[in-house]
Amino acid sequence: MNVEVLGFFFLAALMVSFSLLVILVRNPVHSALALVAALFVMAILFLNLDAPMVAALQILVYAGAVMVLFLFVIMLLNPASVEPSLPVWRGVVCAACALLMLALIALLMSGPDQAEALHPSSVGAGFGSPEALGETLFNDFVLPFEIASVLLLVAIIGAVALARRVSE
Amino acid sequence: MEPGALTISSALLRLIPTAPLLGALLNLAFGPRLGRKPAGLIACAAVAFSFLLSLYCALVPQGGALKDILFPWIESGLLKVEVAFQVDRLSAVMLFVITGIGFLIHVYSLGYMGHDEGMVRYFAYLNLFVFFMVLLVMADNLLLLFVGWEGVGLCSFLLIGFWHHDHANTIAGNKAFIVNRIGDFGFLLGIFLLFWEMSGQGIGSLNFTVLERNAHLIAPARVTLITLLLFAGATGKSAQIPLYVWLPDAMQGPTPVSALIHAATMVTAGVYMTARLHFLFTLAPATLQVIAWIGVLTAIFAATIALVQNDIKRVLAYSTVSQLGYMFVAVGAGAFSAAIFHLFTHAFFKACLFLSAGSVIHGLEGEQDMRQMGGLKPHFPVTYWTYLIAALAISGAPLTAGFFSKDLILWQAFASPKGSFGLWLVGWITAGLTAFYMFRQFFLVFHGESRVTANVRSHIHESPAVMTVPLVLLAAGSILAGWLGAPEYMGGSWWEHWFESFFGVQADTGHAQISAELLFLVLTLAISALGIFVAYVLYVRARQSFKSPGLAPDGAIHRLLLGKYFVDEAYDALLVRPLTGFASWLASTFDPRLIDGAVNGVAGGFWTMSFHWRRLQSGYVQHYLFVFLVGALVVLGYFAIG
Amino acid sequence: MMVPVHYYLVLSALIFVIGVAGVIIRRNLIIILMSIELMLNAVNLTFIAFARAQGSMDGQVIVFFVMTIAAAEAVIGLAIIIALYRHRQTLDPEEMHLLKW
Repeated sequence: MNVEVLGFFFLAALMVSFSLLVILVRNPVHSALALVAALFVMAILFLNLDAPMVAALQILVYAGAVMVLFLFVIMLLNPASVEPSLPVWRGVVCAACALLMLALIALLMSGPDQAEALHPSSVGAGFGSPEALGETLFNDFVLPFEIASVLLLVAIIGAVALARRVSE
Repeated sequence: MEPGALTISSALLRLIPTAPLLGALLNLAFGPRLGRKPAGLIACAAVAFSFLLSLYCALVPQGGALKDILFPWIESGLLKVEVAFQVDRLSAVMLFVITGIGFLIHVYSLGYMGHDEGMVRYFAYLNLFVFFMVLLVMADNLLLLFVGWEGVGLCSFLLIGFWHHDHANTIAGNKAFIVNRIGDFGFLLGIFLLFWEMSGQGIGSLNFTVLERNAHLIAPARVTLITLLLFAGATGKSAQIPLYVWLPDAMQGPTPVSALIHAATMVTAGVYMTARLHFLFTLAPATLQVIAWIGVLTAIFAATIALVQNDIKRVLAYSTVSQLGYMFVAVGAGAFSAAIFHLFTHAFFKACLFLSAGSVIHGLEGEQDMRQMGGLKPHFPVTYWTYLIAALAISGAPLTAGFFSKDLILWQAFASPKGSFGLWLVGWITAGLTAFYMFRQFFLVFHGESRVTANVRSHIHESPAVMTVPLVLLAAGSILAGWLGAPEYMGGSWWEHWFESFFGVQADTGHAQISAELLFLVLTLAISALGIFVAYVLYVRARQSFKSPGLAPDGAIHRLLLGKYFVDEAYDALLVRPLTGFASWLASTFDPRLIDGAVNGVAGGFWTMSFHWRRLQSGYVQHYLFVFLVGALVVLGYFAIG
Repeated sequence: MMVPVHYYLVLSALIFVIGVAGVIIRRNLIIILMSIELMLNAVNLTFIAFARAQGSMDGQVIVFFVMTIAAAEAVIGLAIIIALYRHRQTLDPEEMHLLKW
């Protein structure tokens, strides 16, 4: 049991608790904050996995832009509205399905040939760096890259169109 | 068969049916635009053309045949059928009758139907009929013959119900077609069975020449069955027991139609068919017996009904049934050429009788009940004589056509190896009855005091020349046609020699029996004379207008005969009612409940199913997401476990 | 790299399942949207983990795109929620069932 594994478990525990907070607290603002925290922990996990660039992007884009947007909207729409409470049977069914899903995934991963593919190998020095990411992105994935930019444009226009007040 | 000149005429064969077909199509398509008179002339011209061609084709030599193959029709497995025409001596005679007498009747119709609204349609149908009838007799195989057979049935239906605004006419047309259909069912079964047997021998053709060569290969029991089935078809088309009931009702149609279709041509198709397939029938003596006895029983049965009928055309209709019975007696006795001979002479005098009756009806502005006629001799100078000649012919008066043909049949009925005394006896009695009822009709119509109603009396007129000329020609034929078949001792049987190669040597009765033959001749003459005499006494001397003496008027026998032995009523109760009852049960109960129920039930089932399934579309997004989850679980489960 | 990759995969599965549960049991549209973000993040973790295990950058590029799409989707989703709130004055998905049969 070395440091790395211990660190991983610690981060994992944090992650899970923050996620549970996201789905369980009443107040949407608290929920949003828990999600921000979860995203931060996720970024740290990314760093552990030799993906510094993606980790930075996670914090900048996800935690920084998307969550801020969430908070804006929460504030815009009156957060005081009380959510009706959950019927018990619904929670039970959901929990059962969730557990089932987990079990199945575990089952999928535990076959003998699964273990083979998962042994980590060592990677080169520049793995996960901006240069490496850029190189793969602009050489192999340039078309999806361009299309993604078009998609963002469409999303902007769509959002503006959907959310504007229709002037009388 | 000589090549050269005659091979050219082979190709002309196809023109014989084509001319009336074209006439029919022209009249159907352009008739209304052309006008009534031109349409009629087109029709007459078409038939005249066919007639002239048929005369030319009659030059076919002994034992030979002109053939004209048009195109292959069916080629399926072993079965190979072509549309091809064949004119040999038998078909030459038939063609002569169909187109010759057909032509005269067409000309007559120009006058009879001259004022009718539907004259164009009439001539179109009449031409169409000639086409199908010609097709029937010119076909070189059994299947094409059947096409013509069905076609003439169709035209008969169309023409019987010609004045279709009167419902009674359409009912009569239906009856004719449906009863014929029953016969045709038997006919078809016969054809199928024949083909079955032939294909068992490896032969896939229904061509007559091929059939004749190979008929002996079929087992005797099978041949009997086949011929009985084919004869069933003949009983329908040629109005024998039990399928004769449509012919009297067919008198609802115009009188020229009755003359052409229901006297001279269509009804003789059954006789023609048996003659054409004589090689098959001679292999089945049992069937021939059946045919002979059905023929003779039909003859006397119909004759008794004709004794008391009051409608001028009904008498002639039953007379036709009776005379057709005679033809079948000849067939049953194996005397095929005698049967065709009677067919030939009967065409002349029966057509003459019908057309003369038509002339009277036309002159009396539509009156058909003999009880409203009488003393018409001064008003109908030409018709009177043509009628008299034809009536004498049918009664077998000496030297008329009927004399020779009927006598020949009666003689064969007795003397032929397949004949018998009983057969002759019934036929002989019928001859007497025939003479009686024909002259009963003659005296009732033309002699005695006039019972014509006043307003008709002022309009009585003889028919125009376009009608009387054909009458005269037919009357002449009623006398002269008989000489073709005069017995040997009177000058040579040209007729029998003509058919020798075709039918083979006919039922040979031997020359040593000439005295017996003469005896029977005298007997026949005697009973005919007796019939005429009794009619004269009862209807002229005793001035009994229309009651049948000897049989108490309104007595039981009279009612039985007048009611045609109530056969129609029996058929109705035993067959028609149950069938129509069944049909209405099907329509009202079975179809709506079961079939519609099944179809609607399927639709209803789907509706119910969708009614329950659509509850999945609850409108709640989270429900949909839950369904996603379940689906994902299933897929995961499949990969994890399965 | 001492932490076996499948530890990360298990964690990812766990987060994903938590996100699914959130989507189903919460009756606030915004919370639902946030749960969806959770699910997306779990998937990102899986991709990064595999990229590390295979030694290939492709996994990280995919995460790059996923983040882009997620951002766009969150934007549109929130715009829809705003529009819905304006009409219905509520954020409760149970109140919105016009697409019912």
